[in-house]
Amino acid sequence: MADQFQGIEPMVYQSKINVPYSWWAGDTATRFFVALRDEKKIIATKCGACGKVFMPPRKTCPLCFTANTEWVDVSDEGTVLTFSVARRQLAAIPQDRKVPVIWGLIKLDGADTAILHYLDEVKPEDVIIGMRVKAVFSETRKGTIRDISHFKPVK
Amino acid sequence: MAKRVAIVGTGQTFHKSHRPDVNGQELINEAVQRALADANLTMKDINAILIGNMDHFEGINYVDCWSVDGSGGVMKPVIKITTGGTTGASLAVGGYHMVGSGMFEKVLIIGWEKNSESDTTGAITTAFDPIWDRQVFAGAISGLAAEAQAYMARYGASDRDAARVSVRDRKHAMNNPHAQLRKEISLEDVLASPMLADPIHLLDVCPRTDGACAVIMASEDTAEKICPNPDWIWGTGARHSYAYLGDCDWGRLTSMERVAKEIFKKAGIKEPRKELDVIEMYQPYSFAGLIWIEDMGIVGHGEGPQYVADGNTDMGGELPINPSGGVIACNPIGATGLIRCAEAAMQVMGKADARQVPDVNYAVSTGFGGCMWTDMLLHGKKKPN
Repeated sequence: MADQFQGIEPMVYQSKINVPYSWWAGDTATRFFVALRDEKKIIATKCGACGKVFMPPRKTCPLCFTANTEWVDVSDEGTVLTFSVARRQLAAIPQDRKVPVIWGLIKLDGADTAILHYLDEVKPEDVIIGMRVKAVFSETRKGTIRDISHFKPVK
Repeated sequence: MAKRVAIVGTGQTFHKSHRPDVNGQELINEAVQRALADANLTMKDINAILIGNMDHFEGINYVDCWSVDGSGGVMKPVIKITTGGTTGASLAVGGYHMVGSGMFEKVLIIGWEKNSESDTTGAITTAFDPIWDRQVFAGAISGLAAEAQAYMARYGASDRDAARVSVRDRKHAMNNPHAQLRKEISLEDVLASPMLADPIHLLDVCPRTDGACAVIMASEDTAEKICPNPDWIWGTGARHSYAYLGDCDWGRLTSMERVAKEIFKKAGIKEPRKELDVIEMYQPYSFAGLIWIEDMGIVGHGEGPQYVADGNTDMGGELPINPSGGVIACNPIGATGLIRCAEAAMQVMGKADARQVPDVNYAVSTGFGGCMWTDMLLHGKKKPN
């Protein structure tokens, strides 16, 4: 490796890309987040054609390609479809979440698609696919998906 | 196996500075639904999707993946094309290639942008060479100002000449309900507006827009069954001209000159000024409306200002340019080039409503990108030979 630069001083420029963004959630997601924040309610959209209930709520049914106009309440309890455990405190993990961090895909009762969230109040080795879990809401809610703190096992 | 290709439907959002009511894929869906309705097709009829926007503009990569609810791309081939400012025009050129190859019968082409979600100049700067350019010079407007300065010095044009282009485009935008800026301006308004980068004033340059556009292309096998008067694509081209800013012949757009010559020659167009009926030009600032029509071969070098001042490019003039109001009135960047293509198609199909130019046989649409590149499409009423 060293001979590659023989007689040449290698120049390297350190920099950083720093671009601010603000993402609009849109009316459909906003309705979900307001219900979550203000009423601790989990709501979803339903396709008028195929009847599928989408979580997170989608404005359009991707299969029928028609607008989802109906809203339905879904349960704060559901089933773990699959999960993964992070054991290194990478920068992508929020600072208030300490490893081991468990992510699960949770299909809430009444929904046809699963939502991604944290599993907690359970040891990684005790998580099993098919286990029943329940949403734990955050004390302070700001209208984000983290207004649900995590899902815990149903005892 | 090569097929002739036509545009059989177009759709656009009503472009705005901010669309907080929809996310990216929901915005995309509005344009897609309108294009399908225009062509009287459903998503089942579509064989492949091309989609694109500007890298880093929304900071959400791989739109080909995450937008499938909106694009209709579930379980279909979806390809992303992103080429900077030319993105929308490159998408159209790509769609032409896909359908023309005979491998895909009907292709849905989508360009979109939510400019309101990012810092545009910050995002554009990520396209510049980090070792050479980025440390001394970056962003969009600086390169355009350099072009305008060189042109003025070379041909004796003034900022008043350029302002005439903004006045024209903003007047034309009054006829287009999809345009973002729909308020007429005067020469004095342009010249009195804040100087952004000498000689470019605020009203010389495009806005930042949220919007999407969709175009459906079909091969000659079905185009006329879908649409009695489709817009036939006579030719497409793309030319890139530089790696570093110092490579350019400043004051001329060489990529435009080359691509126009190639396409006009192929179509047998000898006098574009007489033979073309309308141009939808990707013209991000007013000076381009002078310089680039010279490079396109409409008038000679240095003759752009007089030609525009005499009203030749206004609605009702010899060769109307940007009946839609163009980029100066509306600029959802990843969609902008495709909007030019859609607007040119609408002119040929006779669907341009209040902005219709009468009896359009040939229309040209273009795309312009950061490295002074040009994409171009020639549209025609007649089926190509």
